[in-house]
Amino acid sequence: MATNTVSEKPQHKQRKLIDYFTFNTDHKVIGIQYLVTSFLFYFIGGAFAEVVRTELATPDPDIVSPELYNQLFTLHGTIMIFLWIVPAGAAFANYLIPLMIGAEDMAFPRLNAVAFWMAPPGGVLLLGSFLVGAPQSGWTSYPPLSLMTGKWGEEFWILSLLLLGTSSILGAINFATTILKMRIKDMDLYSMPLFCWAMLATSALILLSTPVLAGALILLSFDLIAGTSFFNPTGGGDPVVYQHLFWFYSHPAVYIMILPFFGVISEVIPVHSRKPIFGYRAIAYSSLAITFLGLIVWAHHMFTSGTPGWLRMFFMATTMLIAVPTGIKIFSWCATMWGGKIELNTPMLFAMGFVSSFLIGGFTRGMISFLPFDIYVHDTYFIVGHFHYVLFGGSALALFSGFYHWYPKMTGKNYHEGLGQLHFILTFIGLNITFMPMHQLGLMGMNRRVALYDVEFQPLNLLSTAGAYVMAVSTIPFIINVIWSLAKGTQAERNPWRALTLEWQTASPPIIENFEEEPILWSGPYDYGVDDEEQEEESVADMLADVSAK
Amino acid sequence: MQSSAIDSQVTIGYEEKAEFHHHGHPDHRMFGLVLFLIAESMIFFGLFSAYMIYYATVPEWPMGDIELELLLPGINSVILISSSFVMHKGQSCIRNNDVKGLQLWFTITAIMGAIFLGGQLYEYAHTGFGLTDNLFTSCFYVLTGFHGLHVTAGLLFILAVLWRSRKEGHYSASKHFGVEASELYWHFVDVIWIILFVLVYLLPLQ
Repeated sequence: MATNTVSEKPQHKQRKLIDYFTFNTDHKVIGIQYLVTSFLFYFIGGAFAEVVRTELATPDPDIVSPELYNQLFTLHGTIMIFLWIVPAGAAFANYLIPLMIGAEDMAFPRLNAVAFWMAPPGGVLLLGSFLVGAPQSGWTSYPPLSLMTGKWGEEFWILSLLLLGTSSILGAINFATTILKMRIKDMDLYSMPLFCWAMLATSALILLSTPVLAGALILLSFDLIAGTSFFNPTGGGDPVVYQHLFWFYSHPAVYIMILPFFGVISEVIPVHSRKPIFGYRAIAYSSLAITFLGLIVWAHHMFTSGTPGWLRMFFMATTMLIAVPTGIKIFSWCATMWGGKIELNTPMLFAMGFVSSFLIGGFTRGMISFLPFDIYVHDTYFIVGHFHYVLFGGSALALFSGFYHWYPKMTGKNYHEGLGQLHFILTFIGLNITFMPMHQLGLMGMNRRVALYDVEFQPLNLLSTAGAYVMAVSTIPFIINVIWSLAKGTQAERNPWRALTLEWQTASPPIIENFEEEPILWSGPYDYGVDDEEQEEESVADMLADVSAK
Repeated sequence: MQSSAIDSQVTIGYEEKAEFHHHGHPDHRMFGLVLFLIAESMIFFGLFSAYMIYYATVPEWPMGDIELELLLPGINSVILISSSFVMHKGQSCIRNNDVKGLQLWFTITAIMGAIFLGGQLYEYAHTGFGLTDNLFTSCFYVLTGFHGLHVTAGLLFILAVLWRSRKEGHYSASKHFGVEASELYWHFVDVIWIILFVLVYLLPLQ
């Protein structure tokens, strides 16, 4: 229960290193805490993926045991989703929302800190499951499989997800309240940056869908520990009920993982194209449309789960429909770049890489939303290729784009452009070599989640593994860049990109409580290259027209 | 510029009367609580959906020879629902700066909540079936138990308000977020109980 106690008033104007390791209520500290934590887990989850790919270089299960293989891909998926992409979205949201809307902090700073401090225990719990035999049933944990492969590892997985889910819900309450209630006086909903729109849509999705996963996990827990049979067919239960509840969260989760990064891209592209965003309202509303449609497409994951025909038709139609708001965004970004003075720096390269790879994920999405095709490729590597284009080619590239874009603001130091571009080139090449062959493998009939495969699949698997190593190498310039720039980078200006959103109007890094005085909104967030004189003439003409009308 | 000319958002509802805390921005805690309760209701939505699928697909519901006693849970329901009205009297009192009245009505609410929980425990002890007997009994215990946890949380919430109200001036006509929040939470728990009662007790009667 919240009280009226005034939270600690900061005594000094800059943060000390120790602040980042304590329970701190400053949204910028929490943002950095989220970002650093999520990237630690990115390296862990990435290492697991490298082992998985190494195993898959040969058709036989020879590098790791099949059990360990199952554990590794389960934890790889869970970590990348719940401990990298989702918290990284929360990192940007925490750091940027108050700055973008001119607030001193989030609406509920202490709740915010509580939300963050649920994430590290969740991660520790997940990794700790190795001590009791890690879960082996994939990040989806479908029963009855999840009821058969090690009780305590599975239970650790459930508890970890309940913690991370609660953290996510508490964060969403904060984001939505802050965006809706804490904007500076002159900023209405339509003059706030599109990132805030994206986070509003994300928060709505989190609030509506994450609790349902909690419900499913509670029931699964009872099945595991207390011996009930909600999902256990041997006791009269129904595993499909779990699938419905699980996907009611986990399909929206896809949008929870991509919407914040749509927002990031909507910020990055106009700044580095020096052009106003094309279709502000279209992008804003399409986020809300994705929220709504995202809640009614879940059973397209269950086309092969005995779902009745009429239901499959419904979910096929809604799934196809969701391409419309997504397409609106893609076209708007392209139209923003069209004719712009594009600066090919690291954030922009990652943003353009995002648009092109996400588009490939979007195309394959169009294919698998088509029921007859999906039945054919369900549970094959085609699906693995598809969602890695969406989540790595999409979310992750946009995450890096935003990372480099706001690095000067967050750290007060400029990053090294050459290393940044090297990071992009290696990542982009690596991801395409890794994930493109998976589509072909899937069409040839290679099943996902099995360490052993037919010899005829080996050449393409070798290619994919080689790509995974390129991606591993790509993290080296990234790590060097982050550390070297922090230590030796040149001091960043207040507004190195000459951007118009409010976060650039304060110091880099921003002072505690963000602004020396309440910022004044003197332009829209994307009014690049809008000629002031022309504006004035226009308004004079308008006034004359008004006068003559009277 | 155009954007600065746009009128600022109209602030609505409780913002106008809300007290200011931390750095002088308006109090948004009620808004945050409403969002939290939306999330809470989605957990129940998930559990109820699962229950409804079982209800629709299992041929015999409740399974086996299970018959639920209706008298005790019926009385319990009346107690819980009327406690919501009793509690509201407390809030009306604090609006008139009447802390004694607040304490009286909230104490009665707490007692009614405790009776409800006691009744539920008594019911558990006398149902004659266990958690793992079949799908219906599992649903019964998990749904009512999960709701019971929420009643317990609400009860602790009320007790916390009572504890704080002992301090002179902690709650007043203009400043009583804790009172409003605990009341909203209690109403929420009530509404969930009504749905649960219909689904778990009344639906299987058909």
